[in-house]
Amino acid sequence: MSQHHNTIGRRAFIRNSGLASGGLILGFSWLNSCKPKQVTEAAVLEMPKEWFEINSYLKIGENGLATIYCPNPEFGQGVMTSMPMMVAEELDIAWDNVLVEIAPYDAEVYGRQFTGGSQGIRTRWEGLRTVGASAKQMLKEAAAKQWGVPVSEITTADGVLTHEATGNTLGYGEVASAAMEIAVPEEVTLKSPKEFKIISNSKKNVEGKKIVTGKPMFGIDYQYEGALVAMATHPPAFGLKLKSFDATKAKSMPGIVDVFEINTYADDYKRNFFDTNAFTELVVVVGKSTWEVMNAKKSLDVQWEPISDYEYTADRFGMEAKIKVPSGLESSDAHYAKMEELASQPGQVVRKDGDPEEVFKTAAKIIERSYTCPFLAHNCMEPMNFFAHVTEEGAKLAGPLQAPMLIEGAIAASLGLTPDKVDIEMTRMGGGFGRRAYAHYAVEAGLISKKVNAPVKLVYTREDDMTFGIYRPSYQATYRAALDENNNLVAFHVKAGGIPETPVFADRFPAGAVENYMAEQWEHNSNITIGAFRAPRSNFMAGVEQAFLDEVAELAGKDPIEFRLELLDRAMKNPVGEKNDYEADRLAGVLELVRDKSDWGAEKPGVFRGVAAYFCHNTYAAHVLDVVKGTDGTPRVENAVCAMDCGIVVNPDAAANMCEGGIVDGVGNAMFGGLTFRDGATQQTNFDKYRIIRHSEAPKNIEVYFVQNEIDPTGLGEPPFPPVMGALANALYKAEGRRMYNQPFISDKPDLVG
Amino acid sequence: MANFNLNINGEVKQVDVDPSTPILWVLRDHLQLVGTKYGCGIAQCGACTVHLDGTATRSCMLTVSMVGNSEITTIEGLSEEGDHPVQKAWLEVDVPQCGYCQAGQIMTAAALLDKNPNPTDEEIEMAMNGNICRCGTYTRIKKAVKLAANS
Repeated sequence: MSQHHNTIGRRAFIRNSGLASGGLILGFSWLNSCKPKQVTEAAVLEMPKEWFEINSYLKIGENGLATIYCPNPEFGQGVMTSMPMMVAEELDIAWDNVLVEIAPYDAEVYGRQFTGGSQGIRTRWEGLRTVGASAKQMLKEAAAKQWGVPVSEITTADGVLTHEATGNTLGYGEVASAAMEIAVPEEVTLKSPKEFKIISNSKKNVEGKKIVTGKPMFGIDYQYEGALVAMATHPPAFGLKLKSFDATKAKSMPGIVDVFEINTYADDYKRNFFDTNAFTELVVVVGKSTWEVMNAKKSLDVQWEPISDYEYTADRFGMEAKIKVPSGLESSDAHYAKMEELASQPGQVVRKDGDPEEVFKTAAKIIERSYTCPFLAHNCMEPMNFFAHVTEEGAKLAGPLQAPMLIEGAIAASLGLTPDKVDIEMTRMGGGFGRRAYAHYAVEAGLISKKVNAPVKLVYTREDDMTFGIYRPSYQATYRAALDENNNLVAFHVKAGGIPETPVFADRFPAGAVENYMAEQWEHNSNITIGAFRAPRSNFMAGVEQAFLDEVAELAGKDPIEFRLELLDRAMKNPVGEKNDYEADRLAGVLELVRDKSDWGAEKPGVFRGVAAYFCHNTYAAHVLDVVKGTDGTPRVENAVCAMDCGIVVNPDAAANMCEGGIVDGVGNAMFGGLTFRDGATQQTNFDKYRIIRHSEAPKNIEVYFVQNEIDPTGLGEPPFPPVMGALANALYKAEGRRMYNQPFISDKPDLVG
Repeated sequence: MANFNLNINGEVKQVDVDPSTPILWVLRDHLQLVGTKYGCGIAQCGACTVHLDGTATRSCMLTVSMVGNSEITTIEGLSEEGDHPVQKAWLEVDVPQCGYCQAGQIMTAAALLDKNPNPTDEEIEMAMNGNICRCGTYTRIKKAVKLAANS
């Protein structure tokens, strides 16, 4: 057990009158959408007649049922289950008697309500357990008062308070009312991992039943009396903007209410880092039904014109940044040519250990390889959408977004409201992958509602969604390695860049493990907008670095796992430099675990194996992929073995699900993913051309193993994903006899002869 | 606009819509049955899958005028209490991540098992290939289909 000062903020314990009544208003009420029978199935107890709010995260019914509010938005990473598990663990309540709801958006009460960067569990670990422990302490004190016994003599288990000496027992529900009068403890004692009963014991997705029965949960499902439907048309290419439009025909079509232009940002609004948006002038069609609006949108006659170079000032985490946007209609062919040109020139040196250039001059063996990847679209299955109802009193918005605090300023500014007049409800998201951290569509919905003076749901078509921007950038990396006559890696050089950003992490492995090391970077600006995409930058660097190391190990005549472990041994015992951002022993740990679990080294006829390991987002991942060729010669991942070190695993089966999904996503994007440009326009606009991995292409079997330790937990949304591309490239090399250098691998074929 | 009497989840529903309206939008906009999802609008992703006389069908390209007297079943009508063997298997295996595609996956799987109660892995993959899961839950989906087949 450990003492923890109560650091979650006093505001969390200020009871919200809206909650205390039990009549929490959440658009489509989450509780009311559960029929009594379903609640009975989900929980042992019936719905309580009265709720007692112990703090803003937690209310307890008179019968002992508890509702726990998940503070962070859910996009499939499972926080609506895992975060309440952390509260329930310290509360000491039976999990069957817990109901879960998403918290209202209120950053002052709930802190950083953000889904992204694999930071949810890590940043909520202490706070949410403290919430549960504080409530438990208050319940104990209330019981101690009632019984007239010392609080230290009271024990708790499964929602029951016991005083052993007198034999007294009380359910939490019976003292919940009295507990509300108890002062919030200044300090609480948290359990040690060995005492966990809920944490580290798999719990099913609390929203599972609603998902499999098709209940309204997502933003696109939002129901509101009298709501209109809106769609917006943006330029068909980056580098174009709205010139004029003729809406005569569209306005005359059935069900159409209005057609007009919106400008997303107010003139004096200073954009923040997540207000990335190439298309701020849109033509909007509003009507009574989706199909009518879709048809009217197609009939619009819109003229576009080229943009000129422009720049704007953005707030980049408190620093002013000038964002320059170049004019022009860009193409992928030109991008790749430009990247090749820049790769051949000196870059900006961001780390240098020893004297790599000198060592390269005299090394026994030198190897140099270059890699590229295309832009990627997030392609969340639920297209971007948002509901807004703007009145003179204020704005009510609801929909899928990863970070309401990043967009409420833009919404308020665009609507001419103060932020306190903007109410944002976080719905379940049909995927996010980073895309919904850029919630310009919420601003657009607000402007549309204000203009038509009615509640409106803005819905992007798939084509709108795929062509709007905010993509994973296109990158290029060139690696060089030098071996001495004993096949030791004596120098390592990475130079990488991209359009429009560099992917380099200067201080990651193998930095720290090589005496002579250099990292260089370069960038080339673009008017194509980019944004966070599942494990930003790592999603390229991990794969290519691990593919390159495989080739270096081969050149050195060493087993790829042993080769990496030798390097990590050096990084552990005698690290080069002081800024290495990984723990070498934990990276070695996942490699050893995956080696053992995959039976690495065993000869399996017809099975071609590749390995990769990577550290990012505070978590360590290693994969072994087994590729088998089908009867037609098509390679497919037959089996994947995954070893992860994310510290304590809060919800193991759900965590395994994340890793399985990360591996499938990694194989899919490495094999098939790609968004290409011609004259500023994406050449893929829907799933007929943009290839997403499907059932018959996914790994047939995936095994996930976690390193068992008691380190505070870190995230899993991103870390399993990046190294997959490397493991796949290495397995494909064994299967095909040639290395993969350019993603997607499906089109990385040798030039035809003749 | 025209009136259509549609047989949906065992009930006759009357809607007054343009004859070219896809069933997807009739369900979502006019009947508030939003379990059937919009994903691509061109029958490429399977999120909108319903049963048309028991056959898995993409409702985004099935116009209301094409349906006639055929029976449409949506995820809301697959079972009364969410206890269809496929739904139960989905919960047991804890398949969903974001959950958006899962209604379509379940409808495709239920139609498959109705016609082929014991599909091989290859048959499952072939039947499910039209349903994209962006979260990558394919291995769990296959496990759940097999569990449902055995139940």
